[in-house]
Amino acid sequence: MMIPACRLADLPRGEAHRLDIDPPVSVFHTDDGELFAIDDTCTHQDASLADGWLEGCEVECPLHASKFDLRTGAVDAPPAKLPVRTHEVVVEDGMIHVRISTEAPNLPPCIAARLAGGPA
Amino acid sequence: MRTVAVVGASLAGLSAARSLRKQGYDGRLVVIGDEPHRPYDRPPLSKEFLAGAIGEADLALERDDEDLRAEWVLGTRATGLDRAERAIRLADGRDIRADGVVIATGAAARTLPGTDGLAGVHVLRTLDDARALRDDLARGGRLVVIGGGFIGAEVASTAYALGLDVTVVEAAPTPLAGPLGETMGGIVSALHADHGVRLLCGVGVKGLSGEHRVDAVLLENGRGVPADTVVVGVGARPCVDWLRGSGIELDNGVKCGADGRTGVAGVIAVGDCANWYDPRAGAHRRVEHWTGAMERPDAAVAALLAHGATEPGVPRPPYFWSDQYGVKIQFAGHATGADSVTVEEGTTDDRCFLAVYRRAGRPVAVLGMNQPRLFTRWRKQLAAAP
Repeated sequence: MMIPACRLADLPRGEAHRLDIDPPVSVFHTDDGELFAIDDTCTHQDASLADGWLEGCEVECPLHASKFDLRTGAVDAPPAKLPVRTHEVVVEDGMIHVRISTEAPNLPPCIAARLAGGPA
Repeated sequence: MRTVAVVGASLAGLSAARSLRKQGYDGRLVVIGDEPHRPYDRPPLSKEFLAGAIGEADLALERDDEDLRAEWVLGTRATGLDRAERAIRLADGRDIRADGVVIATGAAARTLPGTDGLAGVHVLRTLDDARALRDDLARGGRLVVIGGGFIGAEVASTAYALGLDVTVVEAAPTPLAGPLGETMGGIVSALHADHGVRLLCGVGVKGLSGEHRVDAVLLENGRGVPADTVVVGVGARPCVDWLRGSGIELDNGVKCGADGRTGVAGVIAVGDCANWYDPRAGAHRRVEHWTGAMERPDAAVAALLAHGATEPGVPRPPYFWSDQYGVKIQFAGHATGADSVTVEEGTTDDRCFLAVYRRAGRPVAVLGMNQPRLFTRWRKQLAAAP
């Protein structure tokens, strides 16, 4: 599934744009000018990685200290233990699109429970 | 170096073990822990775990696919460090010889004297503490928290959400004035009153009453506060008694350099027990923060492996967080020495704001309530400041 995100011109380097889909996905424009899309929710707790500390090809969760590699989704350190999904980014006619991964997302326990229809 | 022993199996110890492997150490690695548990995460013990929202498996710090090729010696305490023999003595009689030693024995919760053996009285530091407290909170009733610091406030918040009647007793006139300063300490601790949790400030605790189980907290002003359960949250002291006589310098924990090295070759200290030299402050600081326990072992391990031939980098400003009554509280830097604090975004009334502490016009600390995005930006600026 291809989803339009935003215009490339509207996403400066060093910034992130969150797509409010379920679960949310964010596009990161690195300082080096590369574009990456990953699941926006930290796998440890409900926090938006788009609010996090972007440095090189890594984003640090805004609440705690886990860093996710934008290229692979891998996490480097606790408290998160699971990677986030990565998604393909396609730019066409100045518009950023994201092709959503078909893998199952790794969501933090509270969100996973909500999506499964259980108590939040 | 053929054997490195990490004494302490919590976050700092695990981070040191990870750093060793990441930095290419290929020898024998022994991790010693006094608790029987594999490394687990402590912040949720006063929040999600205490509330029953997550279980013990969720607390594990190791990943399922992780293999540090370590020997785990758990459930036994280190009782001494023999410098000449380069051996760690264990309570079960064993000796572990090691060329490199990482001291990561952390800190233990302070208790109230004379309260041993009284049921219903808790501290909260370990998983076993949290299990016991969770069971008592499930009885409901009246909870009195002694100490209005972060642990006390988090327990109060969790217990309030569980439906208990909660009172917090704080000896200082304003809770959290130490880490946050008077003004912001007052604003953050006002969260208690927002939720109908009583906060009694400026009054010390004389003792507890009760026959077998606690029934009240006795205050120095003569008042008694009825209690079914009591949590003592009055700070922690570094666990370094086992190092007495070892030649390691002890002064508010293990005194060490900016790279975590002690005065004894081949011995470094990390985590809550380590009193590091902070070049920015020009003084030693013992910082009991999760983030420090995770980040600083990298530098200390580098110094250990290079026998001190490394230049310690400047660490990021200390950072901690707290979650109380559904509000995310974040703080970075040092409030001590700030001469002003201003709210830069939002308002304190709705508990959604960002405040910056300055000294002579330069930012030295930042506090956020429910402002993770802005907080991250300010925290980055603070780290970049010379």
